Amino acid sequence: MTTDTGQRRPSTAPIDDVSVRVRGLTKDFPLGGLFSRRSMRAVDNVDFDIPRGTIVALVGESGSGKSTVARALARLERPTAGSIVVGGRDVLKTEKSAASRRYRGTVQMVFQDPFGSLNPAHRVEHFLERPLRIHGKARSRQEVRRRSAELMRTVGLTEDMLDSYPHELSGGQRQRVSIARALAVDPEIILADEPTSMLDVSVRIGILNLMARLRDERGISMLFITHDLASARYVADTTLVMFAGALVEGGESLELMKNPSHPYTQLLLSAVPDPARTVRYDPHQRALLRRAVLAPTACPWQGPDCSATVPVRHTIGPDHWVRCHLYAPQVSAAANPLLTDSDAQPDLDSAPDLDVAPAPTRKATR
Amino acid sequence: MSTTPILEVTNLRVEYHGDNRQVVAVNDVSFSIGEGEIFGLAGESGCGKSTVANAIMRLLKDPAEITGGQIRFRGRDLLAMRGEELRRFRWKEIAMIFQSAMNSLNPVMTIGSQMVDIFTTHEGLSVKQARSRSAELLRLVSIDPVRLDSYPHQLSGGMRQRAVIAMALALEPSLLIMDEPTTALDVVVQQEIMAQISDLQRQLGFSVLFITHDMSLMVELSHRMAVMHSGRLVEMADAELMFASPLHPYTLSLMNAFPPLTGPRVRLTGLSDSVRATDGTSGSCSFHVACPPDRANCSGNIPDLREVQPGRFVAEHPRTSIEGTAA
Ligand SMILES: Nc1ncnc2c1ncn2[C@@H]1O[C@H](COP(=O)(O)OP(=O)(O)OP(=O)(O)O)[C@@H](O)[C@H]1O
Ligand SMILES: Nc1ncnc2c1ncn2[C@@H]1O[C@H](COP(=O)(O)OP(=O)(O)OP(=O)(O)O)[C@@H](O)[C@H]1O
Ligand code: SF4
Ligand code: SF4
Ligand SMILES: [Mg+2]
Ligand SMILES: [Mg+2]
Repeated sequence: MTTDTGQRRPSTAPIDDVSVRVRGLTKDFPLGGLFSRRSMRAVDNVDFDIPRGTIVALVGESGSGKSTVARALARLERPTAGSIVVGGRDVLKTEKSAASRRYRGTVQMVFQDPFGSLNPAHRVEHFLERPLRIHGKARSRQEVRRRSAELMRTVGLTEDMLDSYPHELSGGQRQRVSIARALAVDPEIILADEPTSMLDVSVRIGILNLMARLRDERGISMLFITHDLASARYVADTTLVMFAGALVEGGESLELMKNPSHPYTQLLLSAVPDPARTVRYDPHQRALLRRAVLAPTACPWQGPDCSATVPVRHTIGPDHWVRCHLYAPQVSAAANPLLTDSDAQPDLDSAPDLDVAPAPTRKATR
Repeated sequence: MSTTPILEVTNLRVEYHGDNRQVVAVNDVSFSIGEGEIFGLAGESGCGKSTVANAIMRLLKDPAEITGGQIRFRGRDLLAMRGEELRRFRWKEIAMIFQSAMNSLNPVMTIGSQMVDIFTTHEGLSVKQARSRSAELLRLVSIDPVRLDSYPHQLSGGMRQRAVIAMALALEPSLLIMDEPTTALDVVVQQEIMAQISDLQRQLGFSVLFITHDMSLMVELSHRMAVMHSGRLVEMADAELMFASPLHPYTLSLMNAFPPLTGPRVRLTGLSDSVRATDGTSGSCSFHVACPPDRANCSGNIPDLREVQPGRFVAEHPRTSIEGTAA
């Protein structure tokens, strides 16, 4: 497996090497009933690139806006602001009202909920046949059947399941049908929203290896939304961390998980279930900590409050950035004891019991 | 933990007679869950876990057929229950969080009115009381009560899953079945909610059947667990004991196959890559290629569980070379 994601910074990479470029993506949703005027910002000014032929993992809090980002890229949700450039074209401008067939042939999405996303009235074969025909990948009856059977095998299912209805399949089997459906059109870009969440580990590894193969052999680019950090690390070149609508950290996957820097990333990594964990976490402490991280004024890491001024990206490694004031170069040592005294614990009543050191492990560069 | 089981499943067999696929989804499966016990059920995709859960809930419909075995709940024959008895028993005695939780909310009702309904119909609370109980439950699963007025499509996948968890807890059932309840939750929220459920479980003493593919989570939460493969149980034991020293090759593979979170990236091979050609419902063991040599003379049919140590069961053929365990 390649570990190289290219040392390119997203903002500087030439557009030719980039499959998807997202800038300033923002989405507001109305909150509450039909007549409510309140709204909430689900996605807040998100910037990222998916370099051609790479897998970018998007991890983060439940409800932080990951699916909304993917749905916006799939043109199922109209962004409030921002631009999406795919294959060099600013798609929100060139295909204003709806995605063209060409776009749908290029970008495919695997939906988060395999129970809600397969129409119960159709047999499995229908889900594969439709895209195969619409995008001209197979014409004759036999060819459709042959290609469909092949797709089923690719995801570890059997040909006889082509004749089953979705309700006749288990959760993990439906999930794999959704993956097969996305592969049917031979897309260049796959947006996979939790594609392996219901798969046991051995089947999951099979799917992750398939994703890696598609990337390495066919140069497919992917956005891989997952709650499984081990999977992200295993297959994704780059990992992005989303929290409360914003991207808070990003970098080469191994590096990011070795040196998680944003308070939320540290919290997230510390919570990965591990029966071999020697220090048993106290869940109530973790709950407090999570709430504290959510409320910038109570952030246990005690940097300058990020609700007052929005932090910008700080580069903390060749391929690693973080958005948190703690890493701002002008932070004075006095204002931030953590940077001078690495043993210092954040001053929180319930001191975080983290397996990952809560203090930044190094100073910000630049 | 008490010794009288709340649930006893004996030699359960479930078949699906589809037009095109005949599947023996559950094949002669027996286990029991004690009062106040958390019992984990793990296994590969398609091996029959949800079918077991649906059989206990009496939710199997045509073309599914229970062709053998018994299910007893506190001694009562669950498979004989009918009509009103069954209705009262469901949700009040046994509640289930479906694997399809994300998709199981009513799309045209707000989360709040769905929750309020539960309390007004089953507990006879006033709407006002019901609303405040609902808000409390949402807080328990880390959802802001302003979301009572949201419709399901306005919530993220994980929020919908949490709302369903809250609803299943609403009536304080004696047995809670959770079928993959946390697939859409980040690990921080997952740990928090699982801790809440454990706390409640300790307080109220209900029992849990916990189905998940996440072995680490299962071991952290469960007292005892079983591993299922191709419709059969292949191992059953105390959770931590099984984690520390799995006996069945399939259990071992489930424990060892995790990609690591530290160190270099290593390429792993999933079973689906080579060993397992099918979806694991063949009824016979599709695992034999990976079996250790001393089991290589097996016919490929998964044998019954045998108690190899007190409380420790494994589906193994009598070994030819005996080490430690008696044949
Ligand atoms: N159609 C909608 N109307 C109103 N609010 C919405 C809608 N869709 C999403 N939201 C809100 O936007 C936020 C982000 O939701 P999103 O589904 O993107 O989260 P997510 O990161 O995918 O979470 P999860 O991991 O739980 O699936 C949530 O607060 C959600 O309630
Ligand atoms: N209505 C049905 N008709 C025919 N076959 C079915 C039906 N429902 C389930 N099956 C089959 O029975 C087997 C067991 O399904 P079940 O849903 O119990 O699996 P599971 O262990 O829960 O898997 P997963 O972890 O993927 O959810 C699967 O192979 C499935 O395809
Ligand atoms: S900027 Fe400050 S308040 Fe915000 S996450 Fe960083 S340390 Fe916490
Ligand atoms: S011994 Fe037989 S039944 Fe057991 S895993 Fe091996 S092949 Fe399967
Ligand atoms: Mg989502
Ligand atoms: Mg299932």
